[in-house]
Amino acid sequence: MASESNLNAGIEDGVRRRDFINIAAVSFAGVGAATVVLPLVNQMNPSADVLALSSTEIDISAIQSGQAIKTSWRKQPVFVRNLTPVEIAEAKKVPLSDLRDPQTLDERTKPGKENWLITLGVCTHLGCVPLGAAEGEPRGDYGGYFCPCHGSHYDTAARIRKGPAPKNLFVPPYEFNSDTVVTIG
Amino acid sequence: MSFPWAKNYEPQQPLMKWLDAKLPLPRLVYNAIGAGYPVPRNLNYFWNFGVLAGAALAIQIITGIVLAMHYAANAGVAFNSVEHIMRDVNAGWFLRYAHMNGASMFFIVVYLHIFRGLYYGSYKAPREMVWLLGVVIFLLMMATAFMGYVLPWGQMSFWGAQVITGFFSAIPAVGDPIRVWLLGGFAPDNAALNRFFSLHYLLPFVIAGVIILHIWALHIPGSSNPTGIEVKDEQDTVPFHPYYTAKDGFGLGVFLMIFVALTFFSPNLLGHPDNYIPANPLSTPAHIVPEWYFWPFYAILRAFTFNFLWIDAKLWGVIAMFAAIALLFFLPWLDSSPVKSSNYRPLNRIFFWILVVDVFILGYCGKSPAEQPYVILSQLCAAYYFAHFLIILPIISRIERPLPMPNSITEAVLAKNADASSAPATA
Repeated sequence: MASESNLNAGIEDGVRRRDFINIAAVSFAGVGAATVVLPLVNQMNPSADVLALSSTEIDISAIQSGQAIKTSWRKQPVFVRNLTPVEIAEAKKVPLSDLRDPQTLDERTKPGKENWLITLGVCTHLGCVPLGAAEGEPRGDYGGYFCPCHGSHYDTAARIRKGPAPKNLFVPPYEFNSDTVVTIG
Repeated sequence: MSFPWAKNYEPQQPLMKWLDAKLPLPRLVYNAIGAGYPVPRNLNYFWNFGVLAGAALAIQIITGIVLAMHYAANAGVAFNSVEHIMRDVNAGWFLRYAHMNGASMFFIVVYLHIFRGLYYGSYKAPREMVWLLGVVIFLLMMATAFMGYVLPWGQMSFWGAQVITGFFSAIPAVGDPIRVWLLGGFAPDNAALNRFFSLHYLLPFVIAGVIILHIWALHIPGSSNPTGIEVKDEQDTVPFHPYYTAKDGFGLGVFLMIFVALTFFSPNLLGHPDNYIPANPLSTPAHIVPEWYFWPFYAILRAFTFNFLWIDAKLWGVIAMFAAIALLFFLPWLDSSPVKSSNYRPLNRIFFWILVVDVFILGYCGKSPAEQPYVILSQLCAAYYFAHFLIILPIISRIERPLPMPNSITEAVLAKNADASSAPATA
């Protein structure tokens, strides 16, 4: 079947039919390989059961002014703190120009609930749990949280003030269901 | 293999002749680590550490495969399965302690191997590829060791995983999604533990593969030697077997004695007691420390406590830590001196030892809490570490006057023997 003239068809312009077949075959195999890589990469992402844990309800009625609790959201620690009026005043008097990651206390709390400071308990440096939520733990040079791993100090609004951490403690998305119950996530 | 006078493999028995014609595996071994590989006659004991590293890897693979038969990679039971190995499995305590301390011994041997290369200029032409592959092996070892340390799922395991994967979140914009992708969650948990176990089982075999390339690349120019002078003729070399199989065998005996002494008498000396507390995602240990072999790099990571230029402190720390290792890839081109051995490089010899002291101080800082004076000390030592490779080494390799060198390996050996007439032994 494949006569000499067939094999050399089109050779006068420098492109053989076989070149087309080679390119087509390699392209087809390449697209196939890339398609297979996709699930191999994607399987690394959080699975459905991990994502299903993405909202948590917390009862905050027992937290007195000046106290904080540690709870857990998406397997990460969360700090819920009931700020004292002194701590609120302290957080408010800091000029934004002094801050590494400038944010006001109002931006970090809900309107009318500015005494409730809810943040992840995950240091933005390398992810340790800062100290300061439990009674008697050191609260750092700025009276908020102190991360013992690499010495990051957070202020009363959990904003980074000193040490290697680049960002303020992250405020997760949350809503007040009532005055005493919060849903995080 | 590398020299024309190398002995040729000549099988005598019919079976070996038959095998040689079908699959010349014995020939490969003969030419690689047998009488068919001519090696400089003057190697000292620092040339033992390549073989010792190979032995350490073999010990890790054997003990590791056995441990995997009893270990369960699930966040709910991992900690207890390690305790099950320690208490219930027959000889399980020995296998786990051997694996634990085997990792430390592997790193001790590899660090000596690396510093041998630094002192004797083993990274220089024509052996750049040997060095580059060695740095790749070192990186793979660090990844393997890190993931292995996570598996017992104790407090240090968990928080080590948290901190190390936290490095990736320093990458601008895509850092957090990458970290979540690596962990398969928002914090280390079952998904992360499982994949670390899978990779911890895989990577040693990748290391073994790269070791084969490392030895292959070595055997093209042949081994270096303490004088740094290349082999000129047959009298400069001896066959690897029996000369260096014997010398390496002796070194292996010493290595194993230290290894078993550590394993039997002080198995937790290099570990951390916090790792016998089950992982608790809500409570960070007061003082997170990595295993000792990461201390110098951990100190460099923590040395950046201030934002600098437009990059924040966290990203600087991570960049510096990876750069400290990546720098080694450029070493063959940073040091332009044609003289390899520091025995003939009076300036380089001094700065080599200063670097050794610097790395030890960094290690001490990495072990210590993140407070003064360790912060300033690690900043100074980290700066010196980079200065050594990027400033000092390029400069001294240009201005240094090397000492007079012998013409050949044989001349160096004979001159040394003439000096010490009471000690007739050669290498």
